[in-house]
Amino acid sequence: MYSFDIERPTRLADAVKLLSDASEAQALGGGQTLIPTLKQRLAMPEKLVSLGAVDEIKGICTADDGALCIGGGTTHADVAAGAGAYPALASLAGNIGDPAVRNRGTIGGSLANNDPSACYPAAVLASGATVVTSSREIAADDFFDGLFATTLNEGEIITEVKFPVPEKASYAKFEQPASRFALVGIFVAKYADGVRVAVTGASEEGVFRWSEAEAALSSDFSAGALDGLSLAGDGMISDLHGSGDYRAHLVGVMTKRAVAAAG
Amino acid sequence: MPADGGIGAPTPRREDVRFLTGSGNYTDDINLNGQAYVHFLRSDVAHGTINNVDTSSADGMPGVLRIFTGADFAEVGGIPCGWQVTDKHGEPMQEPAHPVLAQGKVRHVGDPIVAVVAETYEQARDAAEAIEVDIDELPAVIDMKAALADGATKVHDDLSSNLCYDWGFVEDNKGAVDEAIANAAHVTTLELVNQRLVANPMEPRVAVGDYHRANDESTLYTTSQNPHVIRLLMGAFVLGIPEHKLRVVAPDVGGGFGSKIYHYAEEAFCTFAARAMNRPVKWTSSRSEAFISDAQGRDHVTKIDLALDADNNFTAIRTETYANMGAYLSTFAPCVPTYLHGTLMAGNYKTPNIYVNVKAVFTNTVPVDAYRGAGRPEATYQIERVIDKAARELGVDPIALRRQNFITEFPYATPVAVEYDTGDYVATMDKLEEIADVAGFAARRAESEARGKLRGFGVNCYIEACGIAPSALVGALGARAGLYDAATVRVNATGSISVMVGAHSHGQGHETSFPQVVAEMLGIDPAMVDIVHGDTSKIPFGMGTYGSRSLAVCGSAMVRATEKIIAKAKKIAAHLLEASDADIELKDGQFSVAGTDKSVAWGDVTLAAYVPHNYPIEDVEPGLEETAFYDPANFTYPSGAYACEVEVDPETGKVTIERFAAADDFGNIINPMIVDGQVHGGLGQGIGQALLENCAYDDNGQLLTGSYMDYAMPRADDVPFYAVDHSCQTPCTHNPLGVKGCGEAGAIGSPPTVVNAVVDALQSGGHNVTHIDMPLSPSRVWQAMQG
Repeated sequence: MYSFDIERPTRLADAVKLLSDASEAQALGGGQTLIPTLKQRLAMPEKLVSLGAVDEIKGICTADDGALCIGGGTTHADVAAGAGAYPALASLAGNIGDPAVRNRGTIGGSLANNDPSACYPAAVLASGATVVTSSREIAADDFFDGLFATTLNEGEIITEVKFPVPEKASYAKFEQPASRFALVGIFVAKYADGVRVAVTGASEEGVFRWSEAEAALSSDFSAGALDGLSLAGDGMISDLHGSGDYRAHLVGVMTKRAVAAAG
Repeated sequence: MPADGGIGAPTPRREDVRFLTGSGNYTDDINLNGQAYVHFLRSDVAHGTINNVDTSSADGMPGVLRIFTGADFAEVGGIPCGWQVTDKHGEPMQEPAHPVLAQGKVRHVGDPIVAVVAETYEQARDAAEAIEVDIDELPAVIDMKAALADGATKVHDDLSSNLCYDWGFVEDNKGAVDEAIANAAHVTTLELVNQRLVANPMEPRVAVGDYHRANDESTLYTTSQNPHVIRLLMGAFVLGIPEHKLRVVAPDVGGGFGSKIYHYAEEAFCTFAARAMNRPVKWTSSRSEAFISDAQGRDHVTKIDLALDADNNFTAIRTETYANMGAYLSTFAPCVPTYLHGTLMAGNYKTPNIYVNVKAVFTNTVPVDAYRGAGRPEATYQIERVIDKAARELGVDPIALRRQNFITEFPYATPVAVEYDTGDYVATMDKLEEIADVAGFAARRAESEARGKLRGFGVNCYIEACGIAPSALVGALGARAGLYDAATVRVNATGSISVMVGAHSHGQGHETSFPQVVAEMLGIDPAMVDIVHGDTSKIPFGMGTYGSRSLAVCGSAMVRATEKIIAKAKKIAAHLLEASDADIELKDGQFSVAGTDKSVAWGDVTLAAYVPHNYPIEDVEPGLEETAFYDPANFTYPSGAYACEVEVDPETGKVTIERFAAADDFGNIINPMIVDGQVHGGLGQGIGQALLENCAYDDNGQLLTGSYMDYAMPRADDVPFYAVDHSCQTPCTHNPLGVKGCGEAGAIGSPPTVVNAVVDALQSGGHNVTHIDMPLSPSRVWQAMQG
């Protein structure tokens, strides 16, 4: 990797200031994407601002309205162990990568990176979660902005994600054989006011909601309600691991499985 | 089971103590005073003409010591090929130059162009980025059949085409084979791809060159399976260093699977640069670099015809294979699709007429060479897939069809020039049917179907040729090396023993299993015996470890040397016991006079050899050290039968392996636990090929699977618990241990087993799928089900 300076602030305010002071500064979460990128010399930040020592953005709690609030700096392992109030989310976190990834990677880092095959974006979008940052709150529907892109501003840090806890939910991931990222991942969440279905891994535009499935499931939350629904392969990722048509097909299969698992 | 740790005992691997406690000494652990670091600037295009290399911006950068380009190697030999194949017209293969650093052209992504040596690795890499390389990109030659078309771009301008050789085996068989196929009651034809693989040993390659000017001695520390081969090739053919001034050390090596047999440019560079700069030079491959610089494996495209008579007896096999050589000829590349593949095309069956045609092709890809099994997996895959397809076409049981055609009388001379000494294919199939619980399959299939899954059963037989030899034969077939091996047994004064062996252990457990043999022969504790390997300054000239040869060839040399030790020790004992050496017996570490209670202990005899006060000095030299070279009379022929049960998820195409059984005949077994481990590892790699691994290039020669994000390696949960049995033992008839070799069997026998099972599963679900090319990834299986 190229040489860079690194800062390890302990307060959020200091982290925000460090990121705004240097033009080529970059926030470092768990580093599960950024560190390999640096080792490949594919990025050349002058300064990394590690969020690893900012304790105020770590941890899990329940808000007065019942939402499960997860600090942006909370590791996947901690979510897997501590998000029992939202079992589908805990299960998702417990199946990201391997133990080394789960002990370093953070929810905030994953969301800010918005890898089109990552798991967390599906949970956030399907839950209608709110992404809280160092400067504002962003609704899930307004957060994701295509491949590796979000509506975060330069230097803006994800401090917390607030998940309304659904009546029923499940995440069904079909793994890409090599990376074990989601070839297709479906998060289904049933709330009193309707069902939300988010799809990761499949689309060239990144995570998206499958509105036809949401409508069908909102009136009948059963796998059978999805019969006859399908997505087109156009616009789906097509690569060595599967064509767009295959991914579109898997969306249908895995959505049914997610619904069945949600009970 | 012997309790004494001798032959047949499942002795725990003594080397694991250091491997599992982080105490191994790998090449990257070797750091020398004054060591500099090299970074190779490699081509990022598959094919191009180098117009100019401008290093001026890098020359003065921090830490930069010296920058080497192809011009520095103009007077140095290229990387040699160790095997010359003669084509079907009797002409030698086309053999291109293989420069250490690119000269005028680059021919694959990863081809090294410039080497930057600096005080630190990061400085070398920084400087490499400042170097400007002006390349005119040329069309990349990737597809093998297109590479042979008229007017195709040539990978090597000085060759007449991209054809390395067009080989026929046995050429004299061709007419009879064509006739048998024309007259057959049934012919089954199958076109298939044995896909390219990346070896991916856990330890990437490393080389450290060192030079002592005072005595003009060079040392290369390298990740090699055969240090003497590297010394010979690099010393004699590349750098012109006499062997007594060149030492090659391969210390602990973390897996090779074939990819560390070959002599690589980076080794020659580090040795050359250390001498040129008079300081040690080190290179450590990154994993990314390994994907574009380690020799890759397999990559055959084949059409096979199997002819049968009206009674379903096999009457002929005819194959046409395109074998990818990559951009240059790696050390043993030409022999893999020929003598390690064509010679195995009889399989376990008494097919009277066999003809194999292989066209070896140059392409703008990383060179291809032997990878675990090397040619034999490619042969087995074709035979066992086409037999399975024939059984379906004929509506006969695939096991019965195999049994009907088994070779049952030994020795058996095949139509493809080899003679199997022993085997019992009926016995291994019987054992397989037992351990695989074939009888219970129907119930298991019903249970799977009740859960909405398709269940398939696949079976497979294999034969392999190990311990490749004899030297005179392989020499006649084009090998530019002998294929014997050597061992020196050095008995120390107090009776402990160091055995210096030419074989190299990089995961095989020689340090445990070899002492078991010596201890058994002498009747002493195996803990008194240590193995020394991997250093040309310590061991006799041996050919190293590959092709499951170590025990059969080097182990036999060790037996011969130990026999010499025993003969000499008996003479010494006879003197001490005042008896005739013909009357001396050795048992449990005691020399005794037959029919008496007079005896002398092993340690007293060895002490006498080194303190020869009371000694038959007129007849026997002092000391107790013997060397033997062993050149086998024939290959060894391990064989076996494998079975696999898979479940296929009909909605997603995902295949899971539910059961896997392996019944192998390895001849005599020295350490059954190590054999189990070797089989497990081979099965894992074969299952990896069947379901997961695929080295893919795009049309421009860019590697699409250059990291583990896209190259799927098998993980623990991809493989099942295995039922492994090696109780069927027909000992090899021509080596003193009766051993055959077990290192590659699993990787040879498992891919067709898995594919046969998946096809069976799909057929059971009503899908008219007769073949899917590996890897059987979910998307490929799903696509096949779509018709």
